[in-house]
Order: sequence, then structure tokens, then C-alpha cells
Amino acid sequence: MDERLQPAVEAISEKFGARLYEFRDETSLIVGAEQIVEVCRLLKTEFQFDMLAVETVVDYWPDESPPAPAPNLLGEGDLRVPTTEGMDRDIEGENARFHVVYRLYSFPKNIFIGLRVPLSGNAPHLATIEGVYPNANWHEREIWDMFGIHFDNHSDMRRILMPADWEGHPLRKDYPLGYEEVQFTFNLRDVEMRKPRPKE
Amino acid sequence: MVERQEVMLDELRHLVSERALTGETVLLNMGPQHPSTHGVLRLLLELDGEIVVNCIPDIGFLHTGVEKDMESKTYQKAEVMTDRLDYLNPMGNNLVYCLAVEKLAELDVPPRAQVLRVILAELERLSSHLLWLGTSALDLAAMSVFLYTMREREMIQDIKEMISGARMMTTYIRPGGLWRDVPVEFEAAMRHYLEVQEPRIDEYESLLTNNSLFKDRTIGVGVITPQQCIEWGVTGPIMRGAGLAYDIRKALPYSGYEQYEFDIPTYTGGDIYARYRVRVAEIRQSLRIIHQALDKLPYGPVRSNNRKFVPPPRSELGVSMEAVIHHFKLWTEGFRIPAHSVYVASESPRGELGVYMEGNGGPLPQRIHYRTPTFVNLQIMPLLSKGHFVADLVGIIGSIDVVLGDCDR
Repeated sequence: MDERLQPAVEAISEKFGARLYEFRDETSLIVGAEQIVEVCRLLKTEFQFDMLAVETVVDYWPDESPPAPAPNLLGEGDLRVPTTEGMDRDIEGENARFHVVYRLYSFPKNIFIGLRVPLSGNAPHLATIEGVYPNANWHEREIWDMFGIHFDNHSDMRRILMPADWEGHPLRKDYPLGYEEVQFTFNLRDVEMRKPRPKE
Repeated sequence: MVERQEVMLDELRHLVSERALTGETVLLNMGPQHPSTHGVLRLLLELDGEIVVNCIPDIGFLHTGVEKDMESKTYQKAEVMTDRLDYLNPMGNNLVYCLAVEKLAELDVPPRAQVLRVILAELERLSSHLLWLGTSALDLAAMSVFLYTMREREMIQDIKEMISGARMMTTYIRPGGLWRDVPVEFEAAMRHYLEVQEPRIDEYESLLTNNSLFKDRTIGVGVITPQQCIEWGVTGPIMRGAGLAYDIRKALPYSGYEQYEFDIPTYTGGDIYARYRVRVAEIRQSLRIIHQALDKLPYGPVRSNNRKFVPPPRSELGVSMEAVIHHFKLWTEGFRIPAHSVYVASESPRGELGVYMEGNGGPLPQRIHYRTPTFVNLQIMPLLSKGHFVADLVGIIGSIDVVLGDCDR
């Protein structure tokens, strides 16, 4: 781990019981859904992580937790960080289906720090970090639009990319990539019948 | 139909001021088919006479589901779609995608490919800034600049066509290097272009920099403070125009940018004029980088020799069974990426272009997310436009350098 991250990582791990996930030169902290706002606030005020670079989501359906360690393909030992240490963090007795991913940037330190929040269930809720980083607004709207994760107390929880009356959340893994059949006046019923639909 | 309309207004009620509900201010729709919105950007404006009280951007008209599509394609095939995101910076999109794949797979890139990547990325920055300069001057009624900048941009497009066969969607930068080496005429064509371009920047500047009409419309319009930039995650020329010298090429160098000598131009106005000055200065810096890169361009291979990720050269296919197997496996099955995630950031002409990429141990990505600069920068539209005239709005949109393909993905 980079020494510039050391104090922040230690403080967060101690105060919130966050777990560490490291790969190449990147460091992420895995924190609980109920702590995310406090963690962000602490990182911003105490450790100068003043810009939210990106906020997005990974969907692990149907595994409902990150996949099992992959076979040794590159010939360099285990490719995955031991999953017992938090990637499959239990929430309400269920494995996490979604991981919300954050990357914060610090101008004085010139380094990124990652945060991961595991969420379980098909209609998860998460507190918005809009109050800490205002630009989370559109990122969270996009997440709601694409993954159906609702952000509590968000100021403007509307769809952003898809039309307002769209059904389903397209970037979920159980949402079919699908195609729409060409419609003619005579086959509308068949088209409607064969249309791929997301599972609720 | 009537019902639907009422629901829509209800949804927006929290975004407009009290006065809109009493009818004191007017709600007006601008776009998505509007020549000055640089694509399909729709703005819902709340106007008090000519003055913008509120501005609500509505995006998504160019949403093509690229991120969803990528999840069903191998890494090589998914790269083709990155060109279509920010269609004014296709090589930059390729580059950041390849950087992410290379970081996940620990692929090496030969030195010649590194230098060529820098040249191409800077060329793309030039072409994007030239188009921006022309079109946003056009927005502010300076017609002739557009004709001049398009003339030079055409030279860049010709060079791109020469090296890759395509003018825009090149997919020329590939994981582990480049698609193929540049032709022998490349260097001469580049030198000729540099020679032509350098004096012509002064020409553009002579039309705009001291033009009092242009200055009247740009100075003090759409002002943003450095603090707001950081808060809203705004990067690129907008941030540098506000006085913050932040450039990912300097802060977190990639592709060997640390070996080149260049400055980060900054201006402190934070307005449209400052952004214009920054971009013109960046054109000069890009030329400076290309000069240095051409001088030091080494000879050698342009593709990594790692056959598990990079297809073998055509010449080997006829003589080596191994090469045929590698070729077959790579193009039918693709290569496998460990089940880990990385975030790679690069400097696009518009700001921080990042890729969040997560593999799952197989040949298909688990998730690829493009953190695009336009998407983030467009959020400050309401901040910039409040209190200005509708006519200034056009200049403000132009100064953000909106590319909707980049924004909607």
C-alpha cells in the first residue's frame, strides 16, 4: 500500500471496521452500507480526499457474490484476493449482489482511494453521498437508472439516461441484452410474446 | 396525453423556483434538436424575461447502451465500441481502455508503441480542440474561424486515414501496443502538418483574442471558482481556466508522458474567455509534445510479444503451428482477465477520462464503466448559467465542450 494512504486506511479500518482490498497499485476499502456517508465525510475533511472521481456499480447476479477464485490462468498464483476477507461480506444473512464502487481523489496527496459497498437483495437502498460530494448527484441518478439502487434522501432521484417511462434497469445482469423484433402490422402479438423481459 | 404532461411537470417541481408555479417565470424547452447544443442536449430553461433563472439539463438522447453491450463481448471486440463514445477523441478512448486491460493483465508495451501512442493521443487532442475552437466561435457569431480550423483538422483526419484506413473510428491502439506500425510517410506527413499548424494558431488568435465583440460575450460569463470545480469534480480546461493546474498527464503520468517537457496552461478568470485561452495554449503544448516525440521516436516492434494477449504477426501464420493456435484462440475465445478491478484515468481533451474495469476470470468483462468528462462537467450547467441571458447560454454550452456521445455512452 502507498504510504500516502496509510493514515486514512488505518483510521477508517479502526473506526468503521473496513476491510482492505488491494490489487496492483490500487487500494480499496470495503465498508458497510450504513457507514458510507460518515466514511466519505471523514475522508474529505480529515484526509483531503476532496474530489469524487467516479461512482458506479458492479452486478454479480446470479452469483450474488463475486465469482469464485478463477483457475490459475496467468501462472502467477491466486488471481483473486481471498474472498473470505470481505468480498462476500454478509448483509442480513444474504450475499451481496451489488457492489457500489467509489474512487476519491486527493489533490494534495495526488492519489486515488477506492471504496466498495456491498449491497444485497434485488431492490437495495443506500444513503446518498450528495451532501459530501455534490457531483454524486448525476452518478447516483445513473446508478438508479441503470441498476435500480435507490439512494435515500437524494435531491433528484429521476432517471437520467433512459426515458422517464422506461421499465427495468438495463445494466443489471438479469436484464436481457436482447433485441427487438421488426414489427409489422400482422405480427404485433408474436413480437409482444417473444420480447425478452427482465426478471423482478 | 394530458395526464402524462401533468406527471412530468410534477416530477420537475422541486427543480424550478416558486415563481414558475405561479406563472411569473416562463418554462422554455431548448433542444434536443438545436444547432448550438452540439448534439442532442436538451435544456429546460426557466426564464425571467431574457434572464435564466434555472437551467435543467436533460441528457440520454444519445444513450446507446455501450456499457451493457461490452459485457457480452470479448475484450478485443468491446474495444471497437470505445471509439463511438467520444467521437472527437476516439484514440484517447482506445488508449485508456488499453491501459486498463494492460494494467489488469500486466501486459508490456514496446517503447515505439508508447511514443506513437503519445503522438496519436496529442493529435486527437489537437483535432478535438480545433473543432471546438471553430464551432464555439461559430456559436458566438465568428464564422470564419470555423473554416480555418476545419481546414487544419482535415489534415489530421488525412493522417489518421493514412495510418489506420479510417478517418474517425480507428481502433488503432490495441491492448499490448498498436494495430500495426505506421507507414513510412507518417513522419514526413506529421512534420509537414506541424509546420503548417504552428503559424496558423496565431492566425486564429488574431481573429479572437483581442476581438472586442468576442471579449464582450465571453469575459465574465459562466464564471466558476476553483472551489466549485473541485466540489463538482469538474476537470480539464474548465478547471485549468479557473486557475487550478491539474492535468493527469502531469499528475499521474501514463504512456511515458513524464518524459516530455510541456506546461499546464492556466488562466484565473474561470469564464468562457479563460477556457478559450487555455485551449489555445493547449494546442501549442500538444504541438510541443509531438515535436519531442517525433524526435525521439525509436525503432522496434509496436506490439507486445505476449502471445496470450496479442495476436501473432501475419508472417508467422504460414510457418508456425503455435502461431496459428494462438491466433485461433485469441479471435474465437479471446483472452482471460483476472477477477479484479482497476480504475485508470487519462487526460482527454475535455478532462479526466477514466475507465473502471472489472474482469471475472473469463474472456468477457464483468463490468466496464467509462467515467466520461462531459457527463461530469455538464452537471455544472445550472451553476454557470444562472443569471445570464439566453444568448450567453449558447456560449456557455460551447465552453464546456459538450460531446453527447461521451456524455450518454
